[in-house]
Amino acid sequence: MSATDTQVLSSHACAVIDEWIAKYPPEQKRSAVLAALREVQHENHGFLTTELMDAVANYLGLARIAVYEVASFYSMFETKPVGHHSISVCTNISCMLRGGDEMLAHVEKRLGIKVGGSTSDGKCYLKPEEECLAACAGAPMMMIDHIYYENLTTEKIDQILAKLT
Amino acid sequence: MSAQITEDLVTIEVDGQPVQARKGAMLIDVTDAAGVYIPRFCYHKKLTVAANCRMCLVEVERAPKPQPACATPVMDGMKVFTKSPKAISGQQATMEFLLINHPLDCPICDQGGECELQDLALGYGSAVSQFTERKRVVRDKNIGPLVQTDMTRCIHCTRCVRFGEEIAGLRELGATGRGEDMEIGTYVAQAMVSELSGNVIDLCPVGALTSKPYRYSARAWELQQHDAVAIHDCVGSNVHVHAKGQVLKRVVPMENEGINETWISDRDRFSYQGLRHEDRLLTPRIKENGAWRECDWETALVTLEAAVTEPGKSNRLGALAAPSSTCEEMFLLQRFVRGLGSANVDHRLRQHDFSGDSSEPRFPSLGFAFSELEQADTIVIVGGYPRHDQPLINHRLRKAALRGAQVIAIDSLHQEYNFDLSAQLAVAPSALVAILGAVTRAVVERATGAGGALAQFTPRAEATRLAELIAAGQKILVVLGNRAQMHAERSRLFSLAATLVQSLNGRSGQLTDGANAAGAWLAGAVPHRGPGGREAGAIGYCAARMLTTPLDAYLLLGFEPDRDCSAPATAVATLVQAKFVAALTAFTSPTLEQVAHLLLPIASFGENEGSLVNASGAWQTFVPAVKAPGSARAAWKILRALGDRCGLPGFTAVTCADITTELKALCGIPRVEPLNPRPLPGGHANAAPGIEPRLELVVQVPLNRTDSLVRRASALQQMPQVGDEGVHLSPATLATLKLQDQAQVLLNVGGADVSAIAMSDSSVPDGCCLIYATTNLGTQLTTAATVTVRGAGGTR
Ligand code: SF4
Ligand code: FES
Ligand code: FES
Repeated sequence: MSATDTQVLSSHACAVIDEWIAKYPPEQKRSAVLAALREVQHENHGFLTTELMDAVANYLGLARIAVYEVASFYSMFETKPVGHHSISVCTNISCMLRGGDEMLAHVEKRLGIKVGGSTSDGKCYLKPEEECLAACAGAPMMMIDHIYYENLTTEKIDQILAKLT
Repeated sequence: MSAQITEDLVTIEVDGQPVQARKGAMLIDVTDAAGVYIPRFCYHKKLTVAANCRMCLVEVERAPKPQPACATPVMDGMKVFTKSPKAISGQQATMEFLLINHPLDCPICDQGGECELQDLALGYGSAVSQFTERKRVVRDKNIGPLVQTDMTRCIHCTRCVRFGEEIAGLRELGATGRGEDMEIGTYVAQAMVSELSGNVIDLCPVGALTSKPYRYSARAWELQQHDAVAIHDCVGSNVHVHAKGQVLKRVVPMENEGINETWISDRDRFSYQGLRHEDRLLTPRIKENGAWRECDWETALVTLEAAVTEPGKSNRLGALAAPSSTCEEMFLLQRFVRGLGSANVDHRLRQHDFSGDSSEPRFPSLGFAFSELEQADTIVIVGGYPRHDQPLINHRLRKAALRGAQVIAIDSLHQEYNFDLSAQLAVAPSALVAILGAVTRAVVERATGAGGALAQFTPRAEATRLAELIAAGQKILVVLGNRAQMHAERSRLFSLAATLVQSLNGRSGQLTDGANAAGAWLAGAVPHRGPGGREAGAIGYCAARMLTTPLDAYLLLGFEPDRDCSAPATAVATLVQAKFVAALTAFTSPTLEQVAHLLLPIASFGENEGSLVNASGAWQTFVPAVKAPGSARAAWKILRALGDRCGLPGFTAVTCADITTELKALCGIPRVEPLNPRPLPGGHANAAPGIEPRLELVVQVPLNRTDSLVRRASALQQMPQVGDEGVHLSPATLATLKLQDQAQVLLNVGGADVSAIAMSDSSVPDGCCLIYATTNLGTQLTTAATVTVRGAGGTR
C-alpha cells in the first residue's frame, strides 16, 4: 500500500476492505477482491476506473491484471463510466411472457436511451439484460440499484423513474 | 531411497500395455514418459495444470466420461485408452469447438507450419464445420517490441498467463471478460517488460503470440536448425538458431534441464538482430595518414605482423579480449602474446581490483550446478543483480524463494526482484566490505566465539540481524555477483564470503561478467597464469594496468573500449597513445576508428565456432550455423594465421576442434573449485560515506546493453532496460546537494565536467551516484571511484 492508494481509496473504503480481509486467512487476502471492488464501485457512483482497480490491486497486494480479470468477468462491475442508477429490466422467459419486452421498450423511451446506454445527465444506466432475476412470481419486473420492482405496468414505471434523483 | 520409490510405484495399463508410474503422477506425464502421445494445448510440463483446453481427453475404464489426461492422477490398476473410439471422439469434439472461433488463416499466419493447432487439426479436425455463424474477432494489442499479438487466434489455453505468474514472476497478461468475450491481454495498453517475456512465443500453441522481429521473414519449413550456445551471460543457455540460407532468422531455446531448462532470456533470443546492423565490419580496414581504407587480409596481416614484431618491443604489446570470447580464441591470443615475449593478456575488462590474483581458484565459477541453487535454503547474493546480469540464474533463485528458501541481497543498489527477498541491504560500495565484514564477524563469533582478523569490522545492528538469518540456514550458498567483481575491494569481498561460508559449512561461488570468464582463465587469458591454470613464467599487466599505462601496441578482441571497460574514458585516452592498435571486431564504431589502426572483421554469434565454459563449469562447444558476412573470419583463424606468419610455434591447428582438444588436454577435466578463503588484507577505514563533496560511484550494466551485439539489436534497444543518460541520486542526496529531480547538473568523473540530468532514484544509497555503464554518460567514466555532482542551474 502506498500513499497514493490511500488517497485514491477513501478511508471508509479502506475500513470496509480491512473488514473483509479479516474474514480470510492472511495468505488468502486476495479473496477480499470482490468485496473491495463492490465497495469502491459503490463509492464511485456505480463504476470502476483503472485508477481505482489499480489502487485495489496495490491494497491487496495483487497484480493489477488479476483485478482487471475479476472486474471484467463479473457483470455486476462496470469498467466504463455509466449513469449512477443502474436499471435492469428483466426480459427472461417469465417476464417475457408477461410483457417484459414492452416494459423495456417503455423504459428506453422514457429515458431516451437504448439498453447499454446512460442518460446524458449521468443519472441512469440501462444495464444490458441479465439472466432471470429470480422474481418470476412478480413478472414483469425490473431492478434499480439492487431494489426489485415487480408486477410492472408502464404507469408504475413512470412513477418509479420520476422518483429517481 | 530406492525402496521408497518402489513402494510409491503403481502399474497402470495404457492401450493394453502395462506401464509403471509414480503414484499420483498425472497421466499425461506417464504417457509422455512411455512414448504414448496424447494431444494437448494447455498442458506444459513447466507450468501448473489448468486443464482448460480439453484436448487431452482419454478414456479411462469405469469413468463415465472421457478424462483430461493432464489432470488425472494415475491409480494402481487404472486402464487407459488413448485411441479408443470414445477417446478419439472426445478429442475430435474438442477440436471442433476450438475451431469454432479460430480463424482459418494459416496461410497468412506466422505460426503456420509449426502450429500445434494446425498439426492437431490435421489429426483430429473434421473437414466440415457444423458452425455457420460468424466467428469472433479480437482486437490485437501492442504489448511491446518483442512479442506480436494476433489475438483472434488465441485459444485461451492460458499458458502465457501462467508463464507470467509462475515463471516470469510478473503477471502482465491476463484473461479479461467472460465466455465469448474472454480475451487475453494486458487490459490497459501496456508492454511486457519481463526479461523472459519472449518465452511466451514458444509457449503459445497457436499464432496468437509470435516474434515481432522475426515476423513474416521466413516459413518454418525453409529454416535450418542448428545448435548453439548463447553468448551474453555466464549461464551459457543452449539455443537452436534457425537460419534461412545464410541468414540467421531467429533463436529459440534448446532444452537443457541443467542449464536453461526450457527457457532463454530475451537478450539471448533477440540479440541476433544485431548481426545485420549497419556497423557490421565486412572487410579489413586500415588507417593510413588518418584515413580509413578497406584492404585485403594479406595487407592486414602483413601490417599487423610488422607492428607487433618490431624488434625490442616485445613486452610492450598488450592483448585484451572480451570476456565472451571463446576458449579457443583466448587460448590462441595468449599463446600469440606470450610467444612474442609479452605476458600482457587479460579479459577482465570491468575489474578494478586485481590484488587477489594469486589466490584465485583455477577458474571462476559458482562451484556447483545451477540446480543446487534451488535446493539451498539460504542464498546470499553479494554485489550484483542476477535478474539483469544472468536472468536464468535469477529464475533459479526465484524458484528457491518460492520453495521457501530465504534469499538475501547485499548490494549497492536497492534492486527490484520478481520474488520476495528475505532481506535486502543496499549500501555505498565502500560500506559493502564493512557490512559483509560485520556479518561475517557476527557469524564467526556465533560459531567459534573469536573473530581474529575480523575484529577490524565494527559490529552493526543490521549486520547482526543478517547474520542471524543466514546462520539459521542449513544449506547456505553465498554468491558473488557482477558488481562484486567490479568492486574496488573485490579481493576483500571474496575473502569475506569464503570465510563466511566456511564457518557455516556452506558454499560460495561467483557469477562473472560475459559468457566465458571461466574459459578465459582456463585458456590462460590472464596475465599471471597460463592455460590450464599453470604458473606463467613472467607476470604481465592486468587489464586495468594495460588500460591506464600506454603500451606500444594493442590487440583488442571483440569489445568496444568505450563501452565494455570499467574506465572507458581512461581506456580510450590510453589507447590513443599507443603506436599501434589492432581490433578484431564484428562491429566498427567511432571510438574504435579513433583508437585503432587496423580493424579486422570477425565472426559473431551463430557464425563462430569454439567453446564456452559457463558458471557451473560446463564446457560447451558449438559450430557455425551460417557463414560470417563479407570477408569476416572466425577470430581463431585470424589468430592462427597471425601466429603462423610470425613464425611462432603452436599455430598449426587445422580445425577449431584441434585447438579445443589441445586446450582440454592442458586443463584436464575442469573441476569446479570454491573460493579460497585467504588471509584478509587490511583495507581502508570503514568511514561512513559523506555526501559532500564527493559521491561514490555505483555502476550497473543494463540488461540489454551487455555487449556490442546486444547493443545493436534493434528490438532489445526499444525495451526499457537499456539504462539512461541520467545521474541517479537518492532523494536525500538530491536534497543535500540542493538539487531538484531532473535538474541540469555538472558531473565530474575525474576529468572535465560533463553536463547531465540528475534523476531522483530511491534505489541508490545515500551519498552515491548511479550511472549506467555503456551509455554515452557511461563512456565518460574514468578510474575514479568517486564523482562530484553540482547544479548547473535550470531543470530539464
Ligand atoms: S495467447 Fe496463446 S498462450 Fe496465451 S492463452 Fe492464447 S493461445 Fe494460449
Ligand atoms: S424471468 Fe424475469 S425474474 Fe425470472
Ligand atoms: S492439455 Fe489437458 S485440458 Fe488442456
